[in-house]
Amino acid sequence: MTGARYIPVLTILAGIVVAWYVGAYLMNAPFQRQLDRRAGEAPTTIEFIAKTMSQPKPTLPAPHQVAVNFFENTFLRNVTSGRSLVYHSWVTLSSTLLGFLFGTVLGIVISIGIVHVLALDRSLMPWIIASQTIPILALAPMIVVVFAAIGLTGLIPKALISTYLSFFPVAVGMVKGLRSPERAYLDLMHTYNSSRSQVLWKLRLPASVPFLFASMKVAIAASLVGAIVGELPTGAVAGIGAKLLAGSYYSQTIDMFAALIAGSVVAVLLVTAVGIAGRITERAMGAQPA
Amino acid sequence: MLETKITQSRDTHKPPSAAVVEATNLSLTFQTNDGAVEALSDVSLTIGKGEFVSFIGPSGCGKTTFLRVIADLEQPTSGTISVNGMTPSEARERRAYGYVFQAAALYPWRTIDRNVGLPLEIMGLSKAEQRERVARTLELVNLTGFEKKFPWQLSGGMQQRASIARALAFDADLLLMDEPFGALDEIVRDHLNEQLLELWARTNKTICFVTHSIPEAVYLSTKIVVMSPRPGRVTDVIESTLPAKRPLDIRETPEFLAIAARVRDGLRAGHSYDD
Repeated sequence: MTGARYIPVLTILAGIVVAWYVGAYLMNAPFQRQLDRRAGEAPTTIEFIAKTMSQPKPTLPAPHQVAVNFFENTFLRNVTSGRSLVYHSWVTLSSTLLGFLFGTVLGIVISIGIVHVLALDRSLMPWIIASQTIPILALAPMIVVVFAAIGLTGLIPKALISTYLSFFPVAVGMVKGLRSPERAYLDLMHTYNSSRSQVLWKLRLPASVPFLFASMKVAIAASLVGAIVGELPTGAVAGIGAKLLAGSYYSQTIDMFAALIAGSVVAVLLVTAVGIAGRITERAMGAQPA
Repeated sequence: MLETKITQSRDTHKPPSAAVVEATNLSLTFQTNDGAVEALSDVSLTIGKGEFVSFIGPSGCGKTTFLRVIADLEQPTSGTISVNGMTPSEARERRAYGYVFQAAALYPWRTIDRNVGLPLEIMGLSKAEQRERVARTLELVNLTGFEKKFPWQLSGGMQQRASIARALAFDADLLLMDEPFGALDEIVRDHLNEQLLELWARTNKTICFVTHSIPEAVYLSTKIVVMSPRPGRVTDVIESTLPAKRPLDIRETPEFLAIAARVRDGLRAGHSYDD
Protein backbone atom coordinates (compact mmCIF):
# COMPACT_ATOMS: atom_id res chain seq x y z
CA MET A 1 0.00 0.00 0.00
CA THR A 2 2.81 2.43 0.82
CA GLY A 3 4.29 1.67 -2.59
CA ALA A 4 1.04 2.61 -4.27
CA ARG A 5 1.17 5.99 -2.53
CA TYR A 6 4.58 6.84 -4.00
CA ILE A 7 4.03 5.66 -7.57
CA PRO A 8 2.06 8.76 -8.70
CA VAL A 9 4.59 11.10 -7.05
CA LEU A 10 7.54 9.30 -8.64
CA THR A 11 5.82 9.29 -12.05
CA ILE A 12 5.38 13.05 -11.94
CA LEU A 13 8.99 13.45 -10.76
CA ALA A 14 10.27 11.32 -13.65
CA GLY A 15 8.20 13.42 -16.06
CA ILE A 16 9.69 16.63 -14.67
CA VAL A 17 13.25 15.29 -14.94
CA VAL A 18 12.68 14.23 -18.57
CA ALA A 19 11.18 17.61 -19.46
CA TRP A 20 14.07 19.32 -17.66
CA TYR A 21 16.66 17.41 -19.71
CA VAL A 22 14.84 18.25 -22.94
CA GLY A 23 14.68 21.88 -21.85
CA ALA A 24 18.37 21.92 -20.91
CA TYR A 25 19.26 20.60 -24.37
CA LEU A 26 17.05 23.10 -26.18
CA MET A 27 18.23 26.11 -24.17
CA ASN A 28 21.93 25.28 -24.14
CA ALA A 29 22.18 24.12 -27.78
CA PRO A 30 22.45 27.57 -29.49
CA PHE A 31 25.42 28.62 -27.31
CA GLN A 32 27.06 25.20 -27.76
CA ARG A 33 26.73 25.51 -31.56
CA GLN A 34 28.47 28.92 -31.39
CA LEU A 35 31.29 27.46 -29.30
CA ASP A 36 31.74 24.52 -31.68
CA ARG A 37 31.73 26.79 -34.71
CA ARG A 38 34.41 29.00 -33.21
CA ALA A 39 36.53 26.02 -32.21
CA GLY A 40 36.00 24.48 -35.66
CA GLU A 41 34.67 21.25 -34.20
CA ALA A 42 32.01 19.01 -35.71
CA PRO A 43 30.80 16.71 -32.94
CA THR A 44 28.42 13.81 -33.52
CA THR A 45 24.87 14.22 -32.28
CA ILE A 46 25.57 12.19 -29.13
CA GLU A 47 28.71 14.21 -28.37
CA PHE A 48 26.80 17.43 -28.97
CA ILE A 49 24.00 16.49 -26.58
CA ALA A 50 26.53 15.52 -23.92
CA LYS A 51 28.25 18.89 -24.33
CA THR A 52 24.98 20.81 -23.79
CA MET A 53 24.65 18.95 -20.49
CA SER A 54 28.12 19.79 -19.18
CA GLN A 55 28.64 23.50 -19.79
CA PRO A 56 30.22 25.28 -16.77
CA LYS A 57 27.73 28.18 -16.99
CA PRO A 58 24.72 26.80 -18.84
CA THR A 59 21.59 28.80 -19.56
CA LEU A 60 19.62 25.98 -17.93
CA PRO A 61 21.74 23.50 -15.99
CA ALA A 62 20.91 19.83 -16.42
CA PRO A 63 19.47 18.01 -13.36
CA HIS A 64 22.60 15.95 -12.75
CA GLN A 65 24.78 19.08 -12.77
CA VAL A 66 22.57 20.61 -10.08
CA ALA A 67 22.51 17.35 -8.15
CA VAL A 68 26.30 17.05 -8.16
CA ASN A 69 26.75 20.70 -7.17
CA PHE A 70 24.11 20.35 -4.41
CA PHE A 71 25.71 17.15 -3.12
CA GLU A 72 29.25 18.56 -3.10
CA ASN A 73 28.27 21.84 -1.46
CA THR A 74 26.08 20.16 1.11
CA PHE A 75 28.05 17.12 2.18
CA LEU A 76 31.64 17.64 1.09
CA ARG A 77 32.29 21.16 2.38
CA ASN A 78 33.21 22.23 5.86
CA VAL A 79 29.94 23.62 7.29
CA THR A 80 31.69 26.86 8.30
CA SER A 81 32.92 27.45 4.74
CA GLY A 82 31.30 30.17 2.62
CA ARG A 83 30.76 27.62 -0.13
CA SER A 84 28.77 25.24 2.04
CA LEU A 85 25.04 25.20 1.41
CA VAL A 86 24.55 24.01 4.99
CA TYR A 87 26.19 27.21 6.18
CA HIS A 88 24.02 29.40 3.95
CA SER A 89 20.88 27.46 4.83
CA TRP A 90 21.65 27.88 8.52
CA VAL A 91 22.03 31.65 8.14
CA THR A 92 18.67 31.85 6.38
CA LEU A 93 17.09 29.35 8.77
CA SER A 94 18.10 31.31 11.88
CA SER A 95 16.48 34.49 10.62
CA THR A 96 13.45 32.49 9.39
CA LEU A 97 12.94 30.96 12.83
CA LEU A 98 13.39 34.23 14.69
CA GLY A 99 11.02 36.01 12.31
CA PHE A 100 8.52 33.17 12.56
CA LEU A 101 8.64 33.31 16.35
CA PHE A 102 8.02 37.08 16.35
CA GLY A 103 5.33 36.71 13.68
CA THR A 104 3.47 33.96 15.52
CA VAL A 105 3.49 35.88 18.80
CA LEU A 106 2.44 39.09 17.04
CA GLY A 107 -0.31 37.25 15.13
CA ILE A 108 -1.70 35.70 18.33
CA VAL A 109 -1.61 39.02 20.19
CA ILE A 110 -3.39 40.78 17.31
CA SER A 111 -6.04 38.07 17.10
CA ILE A 112 -6.71 38.22 20.84
CA GLY A 113 -7.07 41.98 20.53
CA ILE A 114 -9.47 41.66 17.60
CA VAL A 115 -11.63 39.09 19.37
CA HIS A 116 -11.80 41.01 22.64
CA VAL A 117 -11.86 44.68 21.68
CA LEU A 118 -14.71 45.80 19.46
CA ALA A 119 -12.81 48.87 18.26
CA LEU A 120 -9.91 46.70 17.07
CA ASP A 121 -12.33 44.26 15.45
CA ARG A 122 -13.80 47.09 13.42
CA SER A 123 -10.57 48.90 12.58
CA LEU A 124 -7.59 46.58 12.45
CA MET A 125 -8.43 43.97 9.82
CA PRO A 126 -8.44 46.29 6.77
CA TRP A 127 -4.98 47.59 7.74
CA ILE A 128 -3.66 44.09 8.22
CA ILE A 129 -4.93 43.05 4.81
CA ALA A 130 -3.59 46.25 3.23
CA SER A 131 -0.18 45.54 4.78
CA GLN A 132 0.02 42.31 2.83
CA THR A 133 -0.68 43.96 -0.52
CA ILE A 134 2.59 45.91 -0.41
CA PRO A 135 5.26 43.93 -2.28
CA ILE A 136 7.80 42.73 0.25
CA LEU A 137 10.56 43.38 -2.28
CA ALA A 138 9.72 47.10 -2.13
CA LEU A 139 9.50 47.14 1.63
CA ALA A 140 12.52 45.05 2.56
CA PRO A 141 15.23 47.63 1.74
CA MET A 142 13.30 50.30 3.65
CA ILE A 143 13.08 48.10 6.73
CA VAL A 144 16.81 47.41 6.55
CA VAL A 145 17.69 51.09 6.07
CA VAL A 146 15.39 52.31 8.85
CA PHE A 147 16.79 49.81 11.33
CA ALA A 148 20.37 50.47 10.29
CA ALA A 149 19.71 54.15 11.02
CA ILE A 150 18.90 53.30 14.63
CA GLY A 151 21.91 51.02 14.84
CA LEU A 152 20.16 47.68 14.32
CA THR A 153 21.78 45.54 11.67
CA GLY A 154 22.26 41.86 10.95
CA LEU A 155 19.79 39.24 12.07
CA ILE A 156 16.99 41.37 13.55
CA PRO A 157 16.04 43.48 10.48
CA LYS A 158 16.05 40.37 8.31
CA ALA A 159 13.93 38.51 10.85
CA LEU A 160 11.49 41.43 10.93
CA ILE A 161 10.91 41.01 7.20
CA SER A 162 9.94 37.40 7.93
CA THR A 163 7.74 38.64 10.77
CA TYR A 164 5.98 40.99 8.39
CA LEU A 165 5.00 38.08 6.17
CA SER A 166 4.28 35.49 8.86
CA PHE A 167 2.10 37.37 11.34
CA PHE A 168 -0.69 37.67 8.76
CA PRO A 169 -1.75 34.02 8.35
CA VAL A 170 -1.46 33.51 12.12
CA ALA A 171 -3.60 36.57 12.89
CA VAL A 172 -6.30 35.58 10.38
CA GLY A 173 -6.29 31.90 11.41
CA MET A 174 -6.34 32.69 15.12
CA VAL A 175 -9.24 35.15 14.84
CA LYS A 176 -11.21 32.30 13.31
CA GLY A 177 -9.87 29.85 15.89
CA LEU A 178 -10.66 32.03 18.89
CA ARG A 179 -14.18 32.47 17.55
CA SER A 180 -14.62 28.78 16.81
CA PRO A 181 -16.18 27.59 20.12
CA GLU A 182 -19.86 26.72 19.72
CA ARG A 183 -22.59 28.65 21.49
CA ALA A 184 -23.09 25.92 24.11
CA TYR A 185 -19.40 26.01 25.09
CA LEU A 186 -19.56 29.76 25.60
CA ASP A 187 -22.93 29.58 27.40
CA LEU A 188 -21.43 27.01 29.74
CA MET A 189 -18.66 29.44 30.68
CA HIS A 190 -21.27 32.13 31.18
CA THR A 191 -23.23 29.95 33.62
CA TYR A 192 -20.05 29.57 35.69
CA ASN A 193 -19.76 33.35 35.84
CA SER A 194 -16.25 33.06 34.44
CA SER A 195 -14.10 36.06 33.60
CA ARG A 196 -13.04 36.94 30.06
CA SER A 197 -9.51 35.80 30.74
CA GLN A 198 -10.81 32.44 32.00
CA VAL A 199 -12.87 32.07 28.83
CA LEU A 200 -9.74 32.89 26.83
CA TRP A 201 -7.42 30.47 28.60
CA LYS A 202 -9.80 27.60 29.23
CA LEU A 203 -11.93 27.74 26.10
CA ARG A 204 -10.86 30.03 23.26
CA LEU A 205 -7.14 29.24 23.19
CA PRO A 206 -7.45 25.44 23.48
CA ALA A 207 -10.19 25.49 20.83
CA SER A 208 -7.97 27.46 18.46
CA VAL A 209 -4.97 25.12 18.57
CA PRO A 210 -5.82 23.27 15.31
CA PHE A 211 -6.25 26.65 13.59
CA LEU A 212 -2.93 27.82 15.03
CA PHE A 213 -0.97 24.93 13.59
CA ALA A 214 -2.65 25.22 10.19
CA SER A 215 -1.75 28.92 10.12
CA MET A 216 1.78 28.25 11.36
CA LYS A 217 2.40 25.93 8.40
CA VAL A 218 1.63 28.79 6.02
CA ALA A 219 3.48 31.28 8.23
CA ILE A 220 6.73 29.35 8.40
CA ALA A 221 6.86 28.99 4.61
CA ALA A 222 6.17 32.73 4.30
CA SER A 223 8.91 33.38 6.87
CA LEU A 224 11.42 31.52 4.75
CA VAL A 225 10.43 33.51 1.67
CA GLY A 226 10.78 36.68 3.76
CA ALA A 227 14.25 35.69 4.95
CA ILE A 228 15.46 34.90 1.43
CA VAL A 229 13.95 38.08 -0.01
CA GLY A 230 15.40 40.00 2.93
CA GLU A 231 18.89 38.89 1.92
CA LEU A 232 18.56 40.06 -1.69
CA PRO A 233 18.53 43.87 -1.36
CA THR A 234 20.49 44.13 1.87
CA GLY A 235 23.92 43.25 0.64
CA ALA A 236 23.94 40.16 2.81
CA VAL A 237 27.07 38.07 2.31
CA ALA A 238 25.60 34.86 3.61
CA GLY A 239 22.29 33.03 3.28
CA ILE A 240 20.38 31.35 0.50
CA GLY A 241 19.26 34.74 -0.85
CA ALA A 242 22.85 36.03 -0.91
CA LYS A 243 23.94 32.87 -2.69
CA LEU A 244 21.20 33.38 -5.31
CA LEU A 245 22.25 36.99 -5.82
CA ALA A 246 25.95 36.13 -6.14
CA GLY A 247 25.09 33.36 -8.58
CA SER A 248 23.13 35.77 -10.75
CA TYR A 249 26.01 38.31 -10.77
CA TYR A 250 28.49 35.73 -12.04
CA SER A 251 26.08 33.67 -14.19
CA GLN A 252 26.70 30.66 -11.96
CA THR A 253 23.38 29.11 -12.82
CA ILE A 254 24.27 25.74 -11.34
CA ASP A 255 24.99 27.41 -7.97
CA MET A 256 21.69 29.26 -8.18
CA PHE A 257 19.71 26.11 -8.82
CA ALA A 258 21.54 24.29 -6.02
CA ALA A 259 20.70 27.20 -3.68
CA LEU A 260 17.05 27.04 -4.75
CA ILE A 261 16.97 23.34 -3.98
CA ALA A 262 18.55 24.00 -0.61
CA GLY A 263 15.78 26.54 0.03
CA SER A 264 13.08 24.02 -0.93
CA VAL A 265 14.60 21.37 1.31
CA VAL A 266 14.61 23.83 4.22
CA ALA A 267 10.97 24.73 3.45
CA VAL A 268 9.90 21.08 3.39
CA LEU A 269 11.72 20.38 6.65
CA LEU A 270 10.17 23.41 8.36
CA VAL A 271 6.61 22.71 7.23
CA THR A 272 7.01 19.05 8.18
CA ALA A 273 8.36 20.02 11.60
CA VAL A 274 5.36 22.28 12.24
CA GLY A 275 3.04 19.48 11.07
CA ILE A 276 4.63 16.97 13.45
CA ALA A 277 4.56 19.44 16.35
CA GLY A 278 0.87 20.02 15.57
CA ARG A 279 0.07 16.33 15.56
CA ILE A 280 1.89 15.73 18.83
CA THR A 281 0.12 18.67 20.47
CA GLU A 282 -3.31 17.66 19.22
CA ARG A 283 -2.76 14.07 20.31
CA ALA A 284 -1.83 15.29 23.78
CA MET A 285 -5.04 17.34 23.74
CA GLY A 286 -7.12 14.26 23.13
CA ALA A 287 -7.64 14.47 19.38
CA GLN A 288 -9.15 11.32 17.97
CA PRO A 289 -6.44 9.47 16.04
CA ALA A 290 -7.37 9.52 12.37
CA MET B 1 -63.31 10.33 34.75
CA LEU B 2 -59.77 9.47 35.41
CA GLU B 3 -58.95 13.06 34.78
CA THR B 4 -60.86 14.18 37.83
CA LYS B 5 -58.48 12.12 39.92
CA ILE B 6 -55.64 14.30 38.79
CA THR B 7 -55.67 17.24 41.05
CA GLN B 8 -55.75 20.64 39.51
CA SER B 9 -52.68 22.58 40.37
CA ARG B 10 -54.40 25.74 41.42
CA ASP B 11 -56.74 23.81 43.73
CA THR B 12 -54.19 21.96 45.77
CA HIS B 13 -51.05 23.92 45.19
CA LYS B 14 -49.88 25.04 48.59
CA PRO B 15 -47.65 28.07 48.56
CA PRO B 16 -44.16 26.56 48.70
CA SER B 17 -42.11 27.32 51.73
CA ALA B 18 -39.23 28.44 49.53
CA ALA B 19 -39.80 29.26 45.89
CA VAL B 20 -36.67 28.51 43.93
CA VAL B 21 -37.98 30.09 40.74
CA GLU B 22 -40.79 32.60 40.67
CA ALA B 23 -41.88 34.11 37.35
CA THR B 24 -44.62 36.71 37.07
CA ASN B 25 -46.07 37.86 33.72
CA LEU B 26 -42.79 37.04 32.06
CA SER B 27 -42.53 37.92 28.36
CA LEU B 28 -39.66 37.74 25.93
CA THR B 29 -39.69 38.92 22.34
CA PHE B 30 -36.87 38.16 19.94
CA GLN B 31 -36.22 40.60 17.13
CA THR B 32 -35.41 38.55 14.04
CA ASN B 33 -35.08 39.38 10.36
CA ASP B 34 -38.62 38.11 9.85
CA GLY B 35 -39.96 40.45 12.51
CA ALA B 36 -40.65 40.04 16.21
CA VAL B 37 -41.08 36.54 17.63
CA GLU B 38 -42.86 36.18 20.93
CA ALA B 39 -40.87 33.39 22.54
CA LEU B 40 -42.56 33.83 25.92
CA SER B 41 -45.85 35.55 26.55
CA ASP B 42 -47.13 36.37 30.01
CA VAL B 43 -45.71 33.31 31.75
CA SER B 44 -46.32 33.06 35.49
CA LEU B 45 -44.96 30.07 37.31
CA THR B 46 -43.65 29.09 40.71
CA ILE B 47 -41.19 26.28 41.24
CA GLY B 48 -40.77 25.13 44.83
CA LYS B 49 -37.72 23.67 46.47
CA GLY B 50 -37.12 20.01 45.72
CA GLU B 51 -39.60 19.85 42.85
CA PHE B 52 -38.91 18.04 39.59
CA VAL B 53 -40.55 20.20 36.93
CA SER B 54 -40.78 19.19 33.29
CA PHE B 55 -41.45 21.66 30.50
CA ILE B 56 -43.07 20.03 27.52
CA GLY B 57 -44.33 21.43 24.25
CA PRO B 58 -43.62 21.54 20.54
CA SER B 59 -40.66 23.42 19.07
CA GLY B 60 -40.91 27.14 19.47
CA CYS B 61 -43.09 27.02 22.58
CA GLY B 62 -40.44 28.79 24.63
CA LYS B 63 -39.54 25.96 27.00
CA THR B 64 -35.82 26.27 26.32
CA THR B 65 -36.09 30.06 26.37
CA PHE B 66 -37.70 29.92 29.81
CA LEU B 67 -34.83 27.77 31.07
CA ARG B 68 -32.33 30.17 29.54
CA VAL B 69 -34.04 33.11 31.25
CA ILE B 70 -33.66 31.34 34.60
CA ALA B 71 -29.99 30.81 33.75
CA ASP B 72 -29.48 34.47 32.79
CA LEU B 73 -28.61 33.40 29.24
CA GLU B 74 -31.55 35.45 27.89
CA GLN B 75 -33.05 38.68 29.18
CA PRO B 76 -36.85 38.94 29.52
CA THR B 77 -38.55 41.82 27.72
CA SER B 78 -41.05 42.36 30.52
CA GLY B 79 -42.30 40.80 33.73
CA THR B 80 -40.25 39.66 36.69
CA ILE B 81 -38.40 36.51 37.56
CA SER B 82 -36.48 35.58 40.67
CA VAL B 83 -34.14 32.68 41.28
CA ASN B 84 -33.56 31.84 44.95
CA GLY B 85 -35.07 35.25 45.70
CA MET B 86 -32.48 37.03 43.55
CA THR B 87 -32.37 38.24 39.98
CA PRO B 88 -31.14 35.56 37.54
CA SER B 89 -27.95 37.56 37.07
CA GLU B 90 -27.20 37.62 40.82
CA ALA B 91 -28.09 33.94 41.07
CA ARG B 92 -25.68 33.15 38.24
CA GLU B 93 -22.92 35.14 39.91
CA ARG B 94 -23.44 33.02 43.02
CA ARG B 95 -23.44 29.86 40.90
CA ALA B 96 -26.92 28.97 42.04
CA TYR B 97 -27.57 26.46 39.29
CA GLY B 98 -25.96 23.82 37.11
CA TYR B 99 -26.96 23.76 33.44
CA VAL B 100 -27.05 20.63 31.28
CA PHE B 101 -27.21 21.31 27.55
CA GLN B 102 -28.88 19.28 24.85
CA ALA B 103 -25.48 18.24 23.52
CA ALA B 104 -23.10 17.12 26.25
CA ALA B 105 -20.84 20.10 25.39
CA LEU B 106 -17.82 18.48 26.99
CA TYR B 107 -14.60 20.21 26.01
CA PRO B 108 -12.94 17.70 23.67
CA TRP B 109 -9.40 18.58 24.77
CA ARG B 110 -10.13 17.82 28.41
CA THR B 111 -10.33 14.37 29.94
CA ILE B 112 -13.58 13.50 31.76
CA ASP B 113 -12.22 14.39 35.20
CA ARG B 114 -10.95 17.74 33.95
CA ASN B 115 -14.28 18.42 32.25
CA VAL B 116 -16.16 17.73 35.47
CA GLY B 117 -13.57 19.81 37.35
CA LEU B 118 -13.88 22.79 34.97
CA PRO B 119 -16.43 24.75 37.06
CA LEU B 120 -14.38 24.02 40.20
CA GLU B 121 -11.24 25.35 38.49
CA ILE B 122 -13.09 28.49 37.52
CA MET B 123 -14.32 28.95 41.07
CA GLY B 124 -10.76 28.67 42.28
CA LEU B 125 -11.13 25.63 44.54
CA SER B 126 -7.97 23.97 45.82
CA LYS B 127 -6.57 21.09 43.78
CA ALA B 128 -7.30 18.65 46.59
CA GLU B 129 -10.90 19.74 46.91
CA GLN B 130 -11.32 19.63 43.12
CA ARG B 131 -10.09 16.03 43.08
CA GLU B 132 -12.32 15.02 45.93
CA ARG B 133 -15.46 16.57 44.42
CA VAL B 134 -14.78 15.24 40.94
CA ALA B 135 -14.41 11.73 42.34
CA ARG B 136 -17.61 12.11 44.35
CA THR B 137 -19.73 13.41 41.44
CA LEU B 138 -18.36 10.87 38.98
CA GLU B 139 -19.39 8.17 41.41
CA LEU B 140 -22.84 9.73 41.62
CA VAL B 141 -23.33 9.26 37.86
CA ASN B 142 -21.58 5.87 37.77
CA LEU B 143 -18.57 7.01 35.78
CA THR B 144 -15.83 6.04 38.22
CA GLY B 145 -12.96 4.57 36.25
CA PHE B 146 -13.44 6.82 33.23
CA GLU B 147 -11.60 9.83 34.68
CA LYS B 148 -8.75 9.78 32.18
CA LYS B 149 -10.82 9.13 29.06
CA PHE B 150 -11.42 11.82 26.50
CA PRO B 151 -15.07 12.55 25.61
CA TRP B 152 -14.91 10.86 22.19
CA GLN B 153 -13.92 7.63 23.90
CA LEU B 154 -17.29 7.51 25.70
CA SER B 155 -20.74 6.60 24.37
CA GLY B 156 -23.36 9.31 23.95
CA GLY B 157 -25.12 8.29 27.16
CA MET B 158 -21.89 8.31 29.15
CA GLN B 159 -21.00 11.72 27.74
CA GLN B 160 -24.34 13.08 28.87
CA ARG B 161 -23.80 11.56 32.33
CA ALA B 162 -20.40 13.28 32.48
CA SER B 163 -22.10 16.54 31.56
CA ILE B 164 -24.62 15.99 34.39
CA ALA B 165 -21.72 15.32 36.75
CA ARG B 166 -20.17 18.61 35.66
CA ALA B 167 -23.42 20.42 36.50
CA LEU B 168 -23.56 18.69 39.89
CA ALA B 169 -19.88 19.15 40.78
CA PHE B 170 -20.25 22.50 42.51
CA ASP B 171 -23.33 21.54 44.51
CA ALA B 172 -25.83 24.04 43.18
CA ASP B 173 -29.32 23.35 44.51
CA LEU B 174 -30.95 23.95 41.15
CA LEU B 175 -30.35 21.80 38.09
CA LEU B 176 -31.50 23.12 34.70
CA MET B 177 -31.63 20.45 32.01
CA ASP B 178 -32.38 21.30 28.40
CA GLU B 179 -33.46 18.11 26.60
CA PRO B 180 -30.42 16.31 27.95
CA PHE B 181 -31.47 12.90 26.61
CA GLY B 182 -33.05 14.09 23.37
CA ALA B 183 -30.30 12.72 21.16
CA LEU B 184 -30.08 9.31 22.84
CA ASP B 185 -31.84 6.10 21.90
CA GLU B 186 -34.83 4.92 23.89
CA ILE B 187 -33.11 2.19 25.88
CA VAL B 188 -30.29 4.46 27.03
CA ARG B 189 -32.84 7.16 27.73
CA ASP B 190 -34.94 4.87 29.98
CA HIS B 191 -31.85 3.90 31.86
CA LEU B 192 -30.72 7.49 32.35
CA ASN B 193 -34.23 8.53 33.40
CA GLU B 194 -34.16 5.92 36.16
CA GLN B 195 -30.72 7.06 37.26
CA LEU B 196 -31.78 10.70 37.20
CA LEU B 197 -34.74 10.01 39.49
CA GLU B 198 -32.49 8.13 41.85
CA LEU B 199 -30.02 10.99 41.83
CA TRP B 200 -32.78 13.51 42.45
CA ALA B 201 -34.06 11.47 45.40
CA ARG B 202 -30.56 11.24 46.85
CA THR B 203 -29.50 14.86 46.41
CA ASN B 204 -32.83 16.62 47.01
CA LYS B 205 -32.15 19.15 44.28
CA THR B 206 -34.70 21.17 42.37
CA ILE B 207 -34.72 20.12 38.73
CA CYS B 208 -36.14 21.92 35.70
CA PHE B 209 -36.23 19.56 32.78
CA VAL B 210 -37.10 20.41 29.18
CA THR B 211 -38.33 17.56 27.00
CA HIS B 212 -40.23 16.63 23.86
CA SER B 213 -41.31 13.29 25.22
CA ILE B 214 -44.62 12.85 27.05
CA PRO B 215 -43.65 9.55 28.78
CA GLU B 216 -40.37 11.06 29.90
CA ALA B 217 -42.09 14.13 31.34
CA VAL B 218 -44.74 12.09 33.16
CA TYR B 219 -42.27 9.50 34.43
CA LEU B 220 -39.84 12.02 35.89
CA SER B 221 -41.85 14.93 37.17
CA THR B 222 -43.67 16.08 40.22
CA LYS B 223 -45.01 18.91 38.09
CA ILE B 224 -45.53 19.10 34.34
CA VAL B 225 -45.71 22.45 32.60
CA VAL B 226 -47.41 22.13 29.20
CA MET B 227 -46.53 24.92 26.79
CA SER B 228 -47.66 25.92 23.32
CA PRO B 229 -46.08 28.07 20.64
CA ARG B 230 -46.76 31.39 18.86
CA PRO B 231 -46.73 33.04 21.28
CA GLY B 232 -44.90 30.74 23.73
CA ARG B 233 -47.13 30.33 26.76
CA VAL B 234 -48.13 27.96 29.54
CA THR B 235 -51.38 26.14 28.74
CA ASP B 236 -51.51 23.72 31.66
CA VAL B 237 -49.69 22.94 34.87
CA ILE B 238 -50.18 19.39 36.10
CA GLU B 239 -49.22 18.20 39.56
CA SER B 240 -48.30 14.55 39.27
CA THR B 241 -50.05 12.13 41.59
CA LEU B 242 -47.53 9.36 40.97
CA PRO B 243 -45.66 8.08 44.03
CA ALA B 244 -42.10 9.20 44.62
CA LYS B 245 -40.82 5.69 44.04
CA ARG B 246 -41.24 4.96 40.33
CA PRO B 247 -40.14 1.75 38.72
CA LEU B 248 -40.07 1.89 34.91
CA ASP B 249 -43.22 -0.22 34.62
CA ILE B 250 -45.22 2.47 36.38
CA ARG B 251 -45.64 3.69 32.82
CA GLU B 252 -48.19 0.93 32.24
CA THR B 253 -50.45 1.98 35.13
CA PRO B 254 -53.79 3.73 34.48
CA GLU B 255 -52.72 6.61 36.69
CA PHE B 256 -49.65 7.22 34.54
CA LEU B 257 -51.66 6.93 31.34
CA ALA B 258 -54.25 9.38 32.65
CA ILE B 259 -51.61 12.02 33.30
CA ALA B 260 -50.06 11.33 29.91
CA ALA B 261 -53.50 11.77 28.30
CA ARG B 262 -53.97 15.10 30.01
CA VAL B 263 -50.55 16.26 28.82
CA ARG B 264 -51.44 15.18 25.30
CA ASP B 265 -54.74 17.04 25.50
CA GLY B 266 -52.92 20.13 26.66
CA LEU B 267 -50.51 19.91 23.76
CA ARG B 268 -53.34 19.38 21.28
CA ALA B 269 -55.29 22.33 22.69
CA GLY B 270 -52.23 24.50 22.21
CA HIS B 271 -52.04 23.49 18.57
CA SER B 272 -55.72 23.96 17.71
CA TYR B 273 -55.51 27.45 19.16
CA ASP B 274 -53.08 28.21 16.39
CA ASP B 275 -55.04 26.74 13.46
